[in-house]
Amino acid sequence: MAMLDVTNLGISFGGLRAVDAFEVHIEKGELYGLIGPNGAGKTTVFNMLTGVYKPTDGVIKLDDKNITGMKTTQINQAGIARTFQNIRLFSQLTVLDNVKAGLHNGYEYSTVAGIFRLPSYRKMEKAMDEKALELLEVFDLDKEASLLAGNLPYGKQRKLEIARALATNPKLLLLDEPAAGMNPNETKELMDTIQLIREKFDMTILLIEHDMKLVSGICERLTVLNFGQVLAQGKTSDVLNDPEVIKAYLGE
Amino acid sequence: MKKLKLNKDYLITYGMVIGFYILMSILKGTGNLSSLFSGLLVPICVYTILAVSLNLTVGILGELSLGHAGFMCVGAFSSAFFSMCMKDIITNSFVRFFIALIISALVAALFGIIIGIPVLRLRGDYLAIVTLAFGEIIKNIVNILYVGKDSDGLHISIKDSISLGLKEDGKVIINGAQGITGTPHDSNFTVGIVLLLITLFVVLNFMNSRSGRAVMAIRDNRIAAESIGINISKYKLMAFSISAALAGVAGALYAHNLSTLNALPKNFGYNMSIMILVYVVLGGIGNIRGSILAAAILTVLPELLRGFADYRMLIYSVVLIALMLFNASPKGMEIKEKISPSRLLAAKKQTKEVQ
Repeated sequence: MAMLDVTNLGISFGGLRAVDAFEVHIEKGELYGLIGPNGAGKTTVFNMLTGVYKPTDGVIKLDDKNITGMKTTQINQAGIARTFQNIRLFSQLTVLDNVKAGLHNGYEYSTVAGIFRLPSYRKMEKAMDEKALELLEVFDLDKEASLLAGNLPYGKQRKLEIARALATNPKLLLLDEPAAGMNPNETKELMDTIQLIREKFDMTILLIEHDMKLVSGICERLTVLNFGQVLAQGKTSDVLNDPEVIKAYLGE
Repeated sequence: MKKLKLNKDYLITYGMVIGFYILMSILKGTGNLSSLFSGLLVPICVYTILAVSLNLTVGILGELSLGHAGFMCVGAFSSAFFSMCMKDIITNSFVRFFIALIISALVAALFGIIIGIPVLRLRGDYLAIVTLAFGEIIKNIVNILYVGKDSDGLHISIKDSISLGLKEDGKVIINGAQGITGTPHDSNFTVGIVLLLITLFVVLNFMNSRSGRAVMAIRDNRIAAESIGINISKYKLMAFSISAALAGVAGALYAHNLSTLNALPKNFGYNMSIMILVYVVLGGIGNIRGSILAAAILTVLPELLRGFADYRMLIYSVVLIALMLFNASPKGMEIKEKISPSRLLAAKKQTKEVQ
């Protein structure tokens, strides 16, 4: 049984069928790619997986637990974390606090304890600081911990977003175009980072990407979406050589 | 390292308030404080508490509230009503006022929750519209409310005091537009400063706790906050009701400083709400120390300008505009940087201002 089982997933916005009969089965520890031309419905799939949109039909199962139609917050607690195509950081908070916000549900103490600085506050805050710094170190962001997140350079903002998502201790990590807007060097670095998280955290990753170098470099299997429908699915090398896929991307 | 600096910044804020208290006490003790100015000491505390509590809604939560005076009004009347009822039963003024404060906070928080539950679920400026209406409604309801007490218990009417049907021994407590007369004079400058310090303690510690972080995360990016499992409605409601409760406390302080409490547009109306918002904006949205300074200066300013007679409000508005320009201009920021009591924080502040 796969970790993420998506069967017959579909959504309609009024008369527009944005995604139709989408299927994907991701095994634990796999690095899976979701590609397709602009407007194919990739981000819509992500939004359905994370509860931003409610699917019109279909079933999403995470570790055999049905999470279809659950709220974003609940889905995150069930074990799916994501990053966004257009970076969404807490820009007025420090880098450290961004990650600590991600630790919100992992380390609990009451508001009253927080206001009166009770022992549970001190204990938990200390544990959070340690955990957050540990995560930042993985992404080489520990030196910037006290900077405001909005002041970080672009590439580091992307990394911080991944660190924040990992802080929620997910089973499955969804990355929405992690290499968008990056130069080849940064992309290379990002590929290493993604490999690193996968090994270090034993993470299952599903990513959307347009950069074919990144996709062919790290993804084991791919699904190609076109006009909301699955065009091809399988091993990366097979899919990328599929004439149908080349046609969808490059035209005839 | 970062923690240390943060604490230092807060200590300066607390120190500023305590320093102001000591200075005023000395001036008062030596008889160097005019009666006009000493009469302003409690109002300064009231308005600084209001400004700090509104900053929690506007600066930390990122929602606009235009009815903060409404929460103050609720707190003022509930606490004054309690004090009037218990005047003869609890004779220890300290205990009575303490209970009155708690009642004012709870009642104001309750109204905050009632308003917050439906409104904070929505995105956009709905909170501003609803709180604006709330402030006006509360003021008008209080103006037609008649409550009396006799040996049978409480009597409530919204017509007039005669329809209360009180017995011989009865007494009207809330007398419609004439409000509450004879509230015990329980608040003074010391109590006001203590309450201001408590308000600061609550707001600053809240900001730096797990819940405060969640609230600021929601302010910065709601969708991202949801994606990392933060319960949006819960934390918005929490911040808003704390803010309302503190405004209620300010109301109790205000009510126990006056012999007659009535709801006028001047003290609990729309203008007052806007005035509190002006303190927050002028002091810097999200800047707690700024709110205190702005509220204190703008409370004293109209009195200092009395000498200008008819031109008073004209000069007041000019000063307001000048202060705002000074606050927002790069040169003004530079100057503030130089005279800042916390040079140590310069590096941190600069990064903020670049933003």
